[in-house]
Amino acid sequence: MRELALHILDIAENSVAAQARRVEIGVEEDLHRDRLRIWVKDDGHGMDEEMVARVTDPFVTSRTTRKVGLGIPLLKAAAESCNGHLRISSAIGRGTCLEAEFQHSHIDRMPLGDLAGTLYALVVGWPDVRWTLRYRVNDATYEFDSGPIKQELGDVPLSEPAVLAFIRESLQQGIAECQQNGAEFYGIAQSA
Amino acid sequence: MPAVKSLEELRKLREEAIQKRKAKTTSGDVQITVAMGTCGIAAGARDTMRAVLDEIEANNLTGVIVKQTGCIGLCELEPIVMVEIGGQPKVTYGKVNVERARQIMKEHVVGGKVLSEYVIQSA
Repeated sequence: MRELALHILDIAENSVAAQARRVEIGVEEDLHRDRLRIWVKDDGHGMDEEMVARVTDPFVTSRTTRKVGLGIPLLKAAAESCNGHLRISSAIGRGTCLEAEFQHSHIDRMPLGDLAGTLYALVVGWPDVRWTLRYRVNDATYEFDSGPIKQELGDVPLSEPAVLAFIRESLQQGIAECQQNGAEFYGIAQSA
Repeated sequence: MPAVKSLEELRKLREEAIQKRKAKTTSGDVQITVAMGTCGIAAGARDTMRAVLDEIEANNLTGVIVKQTGCIGLCELEPIVMVEIGGQPKVTYGKVNVERARQIMKEHVVGGKVLSEYVIQSA
């Protein structure tokens, strides 16, 4: 994967596969502490201790079409190569929270990438799941919640052209503004 | 910063969408499914889906439902996109990059012509 946003998409797809009705995605860029943290928290069916312990092993997957699951091991390796870590807490019937942390300025840290594009694909592609995003860049935050949008639309599908434009623009503007407001040296840190 | 641009705006969109239902631009109900397993994502499925949604937006196509699915066991042919129009058989396309996705939307979804050179299975 070339972007952290693609890893977020991949992890969030696991939540959907675990029958989650609500998925919270968080991204925090803390330039002062030089950390970048992402998390995906769901209310899906969860995993037992043994599964959590084995899930970073590339030979463990819940999928039946192919035996090798690579999403979590890839993200774990990426985080650990950037002075970071990956943690999973989960319990059967209570859901799963996956958290990955990176040294923000690490030379090997992949870019965050198209976070708006990831949320857009999830919100439209899995309309029955309530998606929230909490994005923080230093002191600036942006929050997105698909719940009120779905409620307002009633039975009008999210893939109607005008609704697509609304969701896409909300996400793109909100995330871009958060990045602008977040830190005066954000641009320098991103290109480092 | 509000969570959504404005709920008032959404209310307006909802009414417009209901009005437009009476004049559908596509030939029957269309369902497009994008495979979004790890294999699909690594092969570019997010941008493929984005291209599908951008075509819907740009050409104002109503009555198209876009969904996702996981890995369907054909990882080497990702990104995979399935198109179902009305009662017609489902068409499965392989290696659907952004350019092919746009072509499928224009020629198959709007034009009604299956792009057989990209089809991996028709069932």
